[in-house]
Amino acid sequence: MINKTFDSIDDAVADIADGSTILFGGFGGAGVAYESILALYRQGAKNIIGVSNNPGYEHEGIAKLILHDRLSKLMCSFPNNKQSYVFIEKYNQGKIDLELIPQGTFAERIRAGGAGIEAFFTPTGVGTEVAIGKEEREINGVTCILEKAIRGDYAFVKAKKADRWGNLVYNKSGRNFNPVMAMAGKITIAEVDEIVEIGELDPETIVTPGIFVQRIVKRSGL
Amino acid sequence: MEKRKLTREQIAQRIARDLQTGDIVNIGIGIPVLVSNYVASDAEIIYHSEQGVLGMGKKAKPGEEDPDLVNASKEPVTLVPGGSYSHSADSFAMARGKHIDVAILGGMQVSEKGDLANWKVKGVKLGSIGGAMDIAIGAKKIFIAMTHTSKSGEIKIVNQLDYPVTALHCVNRIYTDLAVIDVTRDGLILKEIAPGFTIEEVQEVTEPKLIKAEDLKVIEV
Repeated sequence: MINKTFDSIDDAVADIADGSTILFGGFGGAGVAYESILALYRQGAKNIIGVSNNPGYEHEGIAKLILHDRLSKLMCSFPNNKQSYVFIEKYNQGKIDLELIPQGTFAERIRAGGAGIEAFFTPTGVGTEVAIGKEEREINGVTCILEKAIRGDYAFVKAKKADRWGNLVYNKSGRNFNPVMAMAGKITIAEVDEIVEIGELDPETIVTPGIFVQRIVKRSGL
Repeated sequence: MEKRKLTREQIAQRIARDLQTGDIVNIGIGIPVLVSNYVASDAEIIYHSEQGVLGMGKKAKPGEEDPDLVNASKEPVTLVPGGSYSHSADSFAMARGKHIDVAILGGMQVSEKGDLANWKVKGVKLGSIGGAMDIAIGAKKIFIAMTHTSKSGEIKIVNQLDYPVTALHCVNRIYTDLAVIDVTRDGLILKEIAPGFTIEEVQEVTEPKLIKAEDLKVIEV
């Protein structure tokens, strides 16, 4: 029987090594795998390269990892926000590196990583500071820059429901980066509100097919 | 006529008149957020929000908030009947893939050629791009809503940007407290002017030479 369910979130993150690249789903506070992040904090891995649209607010989410110097680098579209003061302070102290990425390019680089596409040309960022050092080419009359795929050793995604095969459905805009990150993580850990029986999820509405998910944990809600 | 600069609300109101039923519209923060307040309720304008909401409704009332349903400023919102959710890559496919009719964005500087700067102040180390660059190059039309000059009186419509660029050659129309200006291949066309102001007065706070529209009008407020 296939069963990707872990009873404990601590077990699900136990093998994450120092220096891993981790994709963290979520837009602001929507669709963030908070319990997985806390488990990673307890686990203690260091020098993590974090891929997350936001750097976490106050001391929540990955802000807690950043506060304790667990991330050596963040790939991100929206680092500068009043509530993201933990990241801003660490960045200004030179304790964390930043790769600033336009949000659509960020999503597409991750999607490409999951889809086996090594790079793509996009018009986003042409003539801006994000184009510095990137190959520029005119294609079909449009000036584009070359952007490379992003993959994770792990992906932490948050979904509403899963079955034991790892099929996922999401809640509203909590979906955001989670489906593409699930595709691009070598080991994708899905933190879900509910685990249902096989066959219970309508196959027409499954957003992430289980092929992209390796581990499932039900949130404790604590 | 009494000289009257437009308020932020009046700029939003003026922009709302240029939206048509069926338009799919992306709205940035600042003055753009106010635009939806002035759209007729039966107009069926569909609002796209970058985090994967098509058909975004009003802000959620107390008690109906869902932390998983937020706008681009991370505030709780609602979904209208007919609305849908998508993941971020599809949401930006809508933007980059020219599926969005109009994006209404704030501006720090706009150049004569329609180059836009709106993501980071000059000389600052850290800024947030978010969806600004993708949306600016992707929407079919870009409307900029901003004050004509900065609080300290700096000119914002310039020959060449000296703020960090968001996107090149992307702006179609600029709405300010003094004027409505179209960006064209021939240059900046002054289409409408705030009540009581002269062309010379608007030109004084606009670096590139303005071309007077044949049908130049006073902005109706």
